[in-house]
Amino acid sequence: MKRFRRHGTESQRDRLKQELFQFTKTVEHGFPHQPSALGYSSSLQLMAIGTRSGAIKLYGAPGVEFMGLHDENAAVTQVFFMPHQVELVTLLDDNSLHMWTLRSHKGLSELLEIGRFLLTGPPGCSGGELLLLGTEGGHVFIVEVPGFRELEEMNISLDQITSCVPDDYVGRRNLEHVEALQENPINSNQVAIGYGRGLMVIWDLNHRCAIRHIPATQQLESMWWTENGSCILSSHSDGSYCCWTLRTGDKKEEEEKSNIPYGHFPCKAINKIVQLPTAGGPPFLLFSGGMPRASYGDRHCITVIYSKTQVAFDFTSRIIDFFVIRDGPHHTEPSALVVLVEEELVVIDLQTEGWPVIQTPYLVPLHSSAITCSYHVSAIPLKLWERIIAAGVVQNTQYSKKLWPITGGQNLAPDPPQRDLLLTGHEDGTVRFWDASGVCLYPLYKLSTAAVFNADADLNDNMSQSAEGEWPPFRKVGCFDPYSDDPRLGIQKIHLCKYSGYLTVAGTAGQILMLELNDEAAEQTVEAKVVDLLQGQEGFRWKGHTQLDVREEPVLFPPGFQPFTVVQCQPPAVVTALNLHSEWKLVAFGTSHGFGVYDYLQKNTVLVKCTLNPSDQLAMEGPLSRVKSIKKSLRQSFRRIRRSRVSLRKHHISNTNKVIQEANARLEAELAEMELAPVQRKIEARSSDDSFTGLVRILCFADTFLSDSSHNTPSLWAGTNGGTVFAYILYIPPVEHRADEALTAQPAKEIQLMHRAPVVGIVVLDGHGAPLPEPLETAHDLARSPDLLGSHHVLVISEEQFKVFTLPKLSSKMKLKLTAVDGSRVRRVGVAWFGSSRTEDYGESGLVFLTNQGDVHVLSLPHIKMQIRYPCIRREDVSGIASCVFTKQGQGFYLMSPSEFERFSLSTRYLVEPRCLVEAPLPPVFSNQHQPKLEGASSALRYMLSPYFPFFLQEIQKSLEGDQT
Amino acid sequence: MSRQSQQQHRTPIRHIDNTVEVKSKFEAEYRRFGLKRNGFGGFQEFYHLLQNIHHIHGVEVLLEYADIHGDLLPINNDENFHKAVSSANPVLRIIITKKEGDSVVYTTNSLQRRRKGLGLTGLRPAGSGSIHSKNKSGLMIGPPQDFRQISSIIDVDILPESYRRVRLHKYGSKKPLGFYIRDGVSVRVTPQGVEKVPGVFISRLVRGGLAESTGLLAVNDEILEVNGIDLTGKSLDQVTDMMVANSHNLIVTVKPANQRNNVAPRGSKNSMGHSGSVGSGGSIGSALSHDSPSPASQSNPITASSSIAEGDSYEEDDDGDVILENDCLSPNKYYPVTNSNSSTLNRDSPHKGQHSAIPQSVSMPNSLGTSLSHSSTMMSHHNGGSTHSVSSSQESMKEDGNVITL
Repeated sequence: MKRFRRHGTESQRDRLKQELFQFTKTVEHGFPHQPSALGYSSSLQLMAIGTRSGAIKLYGAPGVEFMGLHDENAAVTQVFFMPHQVELVTLLDDNSLHMWTLRSHKGLSELLEIGRFLLTGPPGCSGGELLLLGTEGGHVFIVEVPGFRELEEMNISLDQITSCVPDDYVGRRNLEHVEALQENPINSNQVAIGYGRGLMVIWDLNHRCAIRHIPATQQLESMWWTENGSCILSSHSDGSYCCWTLRTGDKKEEEEKSNIPYGHFPCKAINKIVQLPTAGGPPFLLFSGGMPRASYGDRHCITVIYSKTQVAFDFTSRIIDFFVIRDGPHHTEPSALVVLVEEELVVIDLQTEGWPVIQTPYLVPLHSSAITCSYHVSAIPLKLWERIIAAGVVQNTQYSKKLWPITGGQNLAPDPPQRDLLLTGHEDGTVRFWDASGVCLYPLYKLSTAAVFNADADLNDNMSQSAEGEWPPFRKVGCFDPYSDDPRLGIQKIHLCKYSGYLTVAGTAGQILMLELNDEAAEQTVEAKVVDLLQGQEGFRWKGHTQLDVREEPVLFPPGFQPFTVVQCQPPAVVTALNLHSEWKLVAFGTSHGFGVYDYLQKNTVLVKCTLNPSDQLAMEGPLSRVKSIKKSLRQSFRRIRRSRVSLRKHHISNTNKVIQEANARLEAELAEMELAPVQRKIEARSSDDSFTGLVRILCFADTFLSDSSHNTPSLWAGTNGGTVFAYILYIPPVEHRADEALTAQPAKEIQLMHRAPVVGIVVLDGHGAPLPEPLETAHDLARSPDLLGSHHVLVISEEQFKVFTLPKLSSKMKLKLTAVDGSRVRRVGVAWFGSSRTEDYGESGLVFLTNQGDVHVLSLPHIKMQIRYPCIRREDVSGIASCVFTKQGQGFYLMSPSEFERFSLSTRYLVEPRCLVEAPLPPVFSNQHQPKLEGASSALRYMLSPYFPFFLQEIQKSLEGDQT
Repeated sequence: MSRQSQQQHRTPIRHIDNTVEVKSKFEAEYRRFGLKRNGFGGFQEFYHLLQNIHHIHGVEVLLEYADIHGDLLPINNDENFHKAVSSANPVLRIIITKKEGDSVVYTTNSLQRRRKGLGLTGLRPAGSGSIHSKNKSGLMIGPPQDFRQISSIIDVDILPESYRRVRLHKYGSKKPLGFYIRDGVSVRVTPQGVEKVPGVFISRLVRGGLAESTGLLAVNDEILEVNGIDLTGKSLDQVTDMMVANSHNLIVTVKPANQRNNVAPRGSKNSMGHSGSVGSGGSIGSALSHDSPSPASQSNPITASSSIAEGDSYEEDDDGDVILENDCLSPNKYYPVTNSNSSTLNRDSPHKGQHSAIPQSVSMPNSLGTSLSHSSTMMSHHNGGSTHSVSSSQESMKEDGNVITL
């Protein structure tokens, strides 16, 4: 056929493809995985977070975010904004320094790396236009930025320090390891250098000599030079902090007091200490750590002391760093404490009584309980949107009313064209509703399903509540809580009807909940219905978990989605497929044993079908199956025995020769690696006896021609892991008799795909080849009603092939083989509509799918021709691939880490990406004559936005050099 | 492929208890008639009746019928004739063949095997009414159960001699394909010199498996292609999935680790293989007698080969999806059947009593629905022996579709 195809049409199609499809990774939602550094620019009002994988992310006002990635795959250990500039310096743990800038391009800012510098030893801290780098050896190097030119003549060498310090401190070890560097806030020529052993030296950069020294004796953790320059606070590894008053003239510094705040018993180190003055009152003192080692050594705390108030904020994970935002006329009043902990960002309002938490508009920990599934709904009607928001507002009363304090940059992104919801199901049985319309994935509402069931351990919440007079005065903050009380509560499937407000969620223990949106709190009994999916199949005994216990007494449900019915599958296996048809008021569900249809109006089961293969015993194992793990652990323990024998022998022989021993160890490691990973794959044809062939993968409702070509009827389609498709004709009584007349389901067709690959999608196409609209969509005049004149087709998507069958005859019409040709398998699939970027009125439907190789493809509908293919996810990232969801507009989300969604788009027309501008902090006062130092630098930066950037960079360098020499 | 079956309007007749529906077939022709269950005589009478109905007076024929288990059993005396009538369920299907002297062995599943021999397999009994429409007796060249595909070396004439292309043919045997593959390093000669590239190798053969029993594959053979698709740049998992996806008809091109058997004399070549591979022995021999091009002289010997076309001819292989139609069933009658049968969904297992409505007297061979005949057509491709027999059976079915018998 190919030779008859004309060239003209080909190129025309290619052009059209370019107008329709385009792959971009647009924005990352959620909380960065493994953050390792935090920085803040008070002049830009931007916050920067560095991660262990070398990413650097900047956040300002909601919608303002930037992301950069270091080429080196090393952890970011420090992020430092240049004061009053749009530049920041990052230090990686491979001792490289990187300079980043926000450069403007076409009216938008982008984050670019503009310089790098490799150090020879790890530094401490830095300040000003000069970057001071303290090393482990005790030297302090001075580097000029930007440009990273080392100013050798200014370096503070160990010798210079030694000569200025009394002899009793000169011991080699006292001057090892620069732990902290602080600039005098009122005199930038003075720098305090803190050494690990406790000695602190104040150095004058201009005169290149030590002014004084502070002889602390405890291991130093951090230093803080107070605002007025009169005191230095030092914190130590024994949980104490000291305040040293700097008296002019006096040679000897006096330690005002050594204070161990949580004293008596040994305490852990105070890692960081900050003291901030307030205009009309006592200063704020904030420090992290310092907890009594024995009783609270495992807590992650930041203590805030203000006047008589002292609170130890107890965080959910390790504290990475914290800073305080100050506002007021002179930006001096501490207003908010921003704490970055390993799993979330917590912002505490320090100006409101009780120091409440401010809800973060971004960086929300998606994984506060592990995400088990996600579901996306596009174009939410305004009414439903408002009701969900209203339900969410009621839940969030504990948050501070204060506006988000980080406000840097301008969000220039247009308002999202529609309201999109992303629903995430979690391990603890909650469903979270996120506003996914824009750049910020904002939490709207949280639904908990646990209340429906009798939990084994009713949470003792008062345990965490601080009792009166408790010491330390703990207060729990943050929402990260990865511990699930009962794994059976985990949410596996979600389906929301955006028109009717009906929601169905299904979980790990075969539970299917039907929920309805109610604006009022209501006390109601949830009706439970058990459905036996085995249908009398003999010889099976479920070995997994038991089913959940539904509460029989009425439960008070808060406003929002309230459950009214729960269907429980028997055996209580994980629900693997779920669908809701709100127009027919039916919910279909499937597990590894079969599927069923439940009528939630009449509250009875319409259909139950067992799909279990009699030879499949594995299907009766629960998710906590031990069969495999025993086999595996046996194998591993044998290996361990063998290896230990080998190493024992080697140990005896080569005890004398270290070189041989080392070589042997290396060899052994290699051997062990080979043994542990025998990269070998079995080639075997799939047979009908394979395990889990009966597992239901997909359920779909369709109003189509199943019995004959002249009458369309409601139908249910089910696809299994074994490549079988079942089709049922549903009889649904007319509306007036809907509540009392019986519904029936009649088996109509059954397809057994010859290649037996799991069926992952079923799409019914109407006479125009377009996918059928969603239920109620046409009723709400939001979609063209399906074409019922032309013949319908059903597209069956298996992991290996795409096949189009005619309806109602089910003769095979077209197919596309995927696996047989390139070895990839379909993992996730969705139908999307792609609008042309050139003309408003052209668009077409496409089938979007993601393969196990991590590539996204688009197929044309209804001709199932390959359109485009892009690599999207690393193929090793199995959980990322499994988590992918597609939207109806050709976008997609996948979990790039347990806590972050990556958003991508395949569409040219519909893109959600950050578009923002960050201006240099000071008003442009640029003139051709460079003003000295500070102004010169910042005004030049203003010009970095111009194309003459390289020239001006040189100018800055020159001016800086001029200043220094 | 698309067989335009004439939509024939058929009026279902009431099932009368003491009448047996008989559907007899001689060559491509069908006859349908009723038979009184009790009032009919013996075998001879029936034999003559059939001769009358089919207008084949004076032709020596054999009568066979399909019993409820899908077995093809003979009718040659009164006793088995009565047995046949009593087992009609509800249709008694008779197949008339010309007596040609060769004995047919009747065993269990012989109907199925016969179907397979003709390239008709995988048909669900739901469509049993149309089975015989495809069963062209004129096609039977020999006893079909002796004529089947076997695993063999193919395309010897177009491949460089250091390569070997092997078709692993399962042919319904219960044997597993039985081999494992692994990652490895392969040495290639390129214009730049010797280069090490990642490759995929056979790592293990399962004892008693198909791969081992054919003797055509060995451990450490490098796999270069799967069903005509070059594996360069493919990961082990991709190759695994490709092989599994093609497992019903797997053609692998390997570079044998042991190159000594490549230019072996004809005899040793054959003896090397399993006895089953004799069938292709001749072609190997003839190909080897040609001067096959040396690998160095061909830049890309594999992709240039006809293997892709080869793959194409098997393109429809797995199209034999089985489609069950239940639309002419009343649900209450259906339930017991599906519950017992569809759980044991074996595509060859017979379904009984599904069709309560029977077309009257004369019908088109495939009047039971295009999808059925369609699926069976697909089926014919699947196990249709050589390319030859596929095309011929296809042709014959076209004829089938056009035969209208009154």
